[in-house]
Amino acid sequence: MSPASRQAAVLGGNRIPFARRDGPYARASNQDMFTEVLDGLVSRFALQGQRLGEVSAGGVLKSSRDFNLTRECVLGSALDAATPAYDVQQACGTGLETTILVANKIALGQIEVGVAGGFDTTSDAPIEVNDDLRRVLLDLNRARSLQQRLALLPRLRPGQVVPRIPRNEEPRTGLSMGEHQAISTRRWGIGRTEQDEWAVGSHRKLAAAYDAGFFDDLITPYLGLGRDQNLRPDSTVEKLAKLKPVFGLDGPSPSMTAANSTPLTDGAAAVLLASDEWADERKLPVLAHIVDAETGGVDFVHGEDDLLGAPLYAVPRLLDRNGLSLQDFDFYEIHEAFASQVLMTLKAWQDPDFCAERLGRDEPLGAIDPERINVNGSSLAAGHPFGATGGRIVATLATLLDGRGFGRGLISICAAGGQGVCAILEKRE
Amino acid sequence: MTPGDRYQALTNSPLGSITSRIGLPTPPMLERHRPGMPVARGPVALGGAHGGRLEEAAARVLRSLEAAIVTGDASDSPRPAALVFDASGIDDPARLRALYEFFHPRIRGLASNGRVVVLAAVPAEAETAAGAVAQRAIEGFTRSVAKEIGAKGSTAQLVRVAVGGEDAIESTLRFLLSARSAYVDGQAIEIGPAGEDDVVVPGDWERPLAGRVAAVTGAARGIGASIAEVLARDGAELISIDVPAAGGDLSDAANAIGATALQLDITAPDAGSRLADHVAERHGKLDVLVHNAGITRDKTLGRMEPEQWDSVIDVNLASQLRLNQPLLERELLGGGGRIVSVSSVSGIAGNRGQANYATSKAGVIGMVRAFAAELGERGTTINAVAPGFIETRMTAAMPIGVREAGRRTNSLLQGGQPVDVAEPVAWLASPASAGVNGNVIRVCGQALIGA
Repeated sequence: MSPASRQAAVLGGNRIPFARRDGPYARASNQDMFTEVLDGLVSRFALQGQRLGEVSAGGVLKSSRDFNLTRECVLGSALDAATPAYDVQQACGTGLETTILVANKIALGQIEVGVAGGFDTTSDAPIEVNDDLRRVLLDLNRARSLQQRLALLPRLRPGQVVPRIPRNEEPRTGLSMGEHQAISTRRWGIGRTEQDEWAVGSHRKLAAAYDAGFFDDLITPYLGLGRDQNLRPDSTVEKLAKLKPVFGLDGPSPSMTAANSTPLTDGAAAVLLASDEWADERKLPVLAHIVDAETGGVDFVHGEDDLLGAPLYAVPRLLDRNGLSLQDFDFYEIHEAFASQVLMTLKAWQDPDFCAERLGRDEPLGAIDPERINVNGSSLAAGHPFGATGGRIVATLATLLDGRGFGRGLISICAAGGQGVCAILEKRE
Repeated sequence: MTPGDRYQALTNSPLGSITSRIGLPTPPMLERHRPGMPVARGPVALGGAHGGRLEEAAARVLRSLEAAIVTGDASDSPRPAALVFDASGIDDPARLRALYEFFHPRIRGLASNGRVVVLAAVPAEAETAAGAVAQRAIEGFTRSVAKEIGAKGSTAQLVRVAVGGEDAIESTLRFLLSARSAYVDGQAIEIGPAGEDDVVVPGDWERPLAGRVAAVTGAARGIGASIAEVLARDGAELISIDVPAAGGDLSDAANAIGATALQLDITAPDAGSRLADHVAERHGKLDVLVHNAGITRDKTLGRMEPEQWDSVIDVNLASQLRLNQPLLERELLGGGGRIVSVSSVSGIAGNRGQANYATSKAGVIGMVRAFAAELGERGTTINAVAPGFIETRMTAAMPIGVREAGRRTNSLLQGGQPVDVAEPVAWLASPASAGVNGNVIRVCGQALIGA
């Protein structure tokens, strides 16, 4: 089937600078951050009091009380309260998945305009009661008599006061994302130096983009932060070489450090999507269009696949459907969960065995011009508040395409649970 | 009441009788415009010296205001809210007595928050030397009257109307008579020739900027935010501009008034083209550009670092030229356009420790003078407002001695509010103010310092 005849337009974006965990946003909630981002987007496009088709956003670390968080953010924003909203959660792919959902509704003509985005706080994280204690408390709630209640008392144990803190680990393997990626790094033979070089490049490019004013209309400062707190413009391969590895320590020559892995980060981001007609009526320039998207998954639990390897499969499917080769793009945005994830992705697409055996292709997808990848830096420098990354990337790529005047961009975002979300954006002349 | 001015609050409370009995000044409570408030807040006494050419035009304006016009004897008329006198017919020093004869019996009956407006000719246009002398003399009269009536919150202004500008006085007369001009005092305003083609009479004087696009720099807070708010209230579609670092406040301020927020570093080399692109893409044109962004880096000259000099000149002055140029070249700010710059009393009088700031603000006046003629030919005007002591976060942080001196050393015995700067900006920005070009209007309550 061909892509939809009407394509959603990206009109712009807004995010707050990303902060390191327990940094300036330590006391800001997801709701605080995303409301701020919405209000910044509203003021950038003069959307005050307007009813939009929908707002879709989400985050990974959420309290149960935040069941309707995005809607709460809309109610607290300068938008018309008649704007509906819903939450989505697809790990690190959340912000791109919401973009796809809103873009699809626009393409189908169900709505004319919407906002997509995401947020995450690793500082203001929800803490749940211990599972044992939770069961006792629920039983207590169900007890009908004093006798039944008293009978539950012996089940209370001192150890139950220890709360359950959310951890960055895969439920089915018990391994953290970093440990999973350490396995992949070793499997794909990704070296320490190339990872450090990639990380340094990300910082250098992001800093240059800030200096050029690229983010002037993409970011609104928040709580005293004007740039991403994680950004180190002066980082060098020599400095990074001194860091001790933090993942894969049980195997030979571990190579993943705090610098070539993304740090835990707080932040929020959003993009404004609309039909061309809606944009024209308001004289809002179209930065780029959402052409198509593909979300994939892999069996990392039982199979041979990498936890963060789903984009290796999703991107070729997306290319085939659109009749494109991997080289047909002017910009590539490959989310830098870890430097080694990007390097592994590039390597896999050039690997004849992988492409033949796993992707069933006669020829490898081939190499990509490194000068076109993450040209204004990515998550290693900016940080990666899980749900917010998709919005950051879509707005960045659309702005890059608009600046070039025409062209095509590819987004690839790996996500926990063995998933990957990918999309094609295009700027037509 | 000024939020930070506790002394004013005290003197206007029951305890105020004590301060006035021991001879301390009593700052009056200035009336400010609220939507729906009439321009003339009571009867207006109108008079003129024989041979004047402005009394009839003034009467037309007053009639359109539905103001009660009092023309008879002073003794039997009700207490007037404003005294308007056409002095354009005075062509000899001896005839200046007409001012005495009109104002002497009426001035003490002027209501609180009253207005005195003397309409006059442009001295250089006088046919005789005696006429020019007499017309110039009137300025001493209005400035003195302002000082006499300031303690009651009343103001006096001189409006010089060039030949051919008679039909262009309405927006100015409305502004001066209304509560919008609360902190403008003792000024001499000049209205040049402007025909019916230039002066656009608004359908609704409460929204004279309806359908107009206005951009304000430094709009995140303080005076700039207030200017944006007042222009939006008057009907304009607003582009609120500030540096990216102030984006959070800018966004809040823009959302409060339905404006578009534009984060732009006006000192960037491409700032002008970025603004022009934004205007072209998003709004198609710009009708009003308000240069308000400004910084202070105060130091006595001997201790001033080069960066402190450079940054102040760049932000306060050079950036204004940089923003104007592409907008004018690309004719995005075209016929009927309005440029209003925020200068400062420091730029007129100079100020210790502000050599950089005063230079930049005097330069703003220079810009107004340099561009007025050229822009006037294409129907665009350029004017400046020069605020004196305005109550902002900056003045709240001053040492109390300096702050109190700043507040009390003017005819109205108080500091102004940001809105007091915003209102004259809106008047200059009005499509009906086509005749007002090349003016520098002080907003200082007639401060003692400066010319």
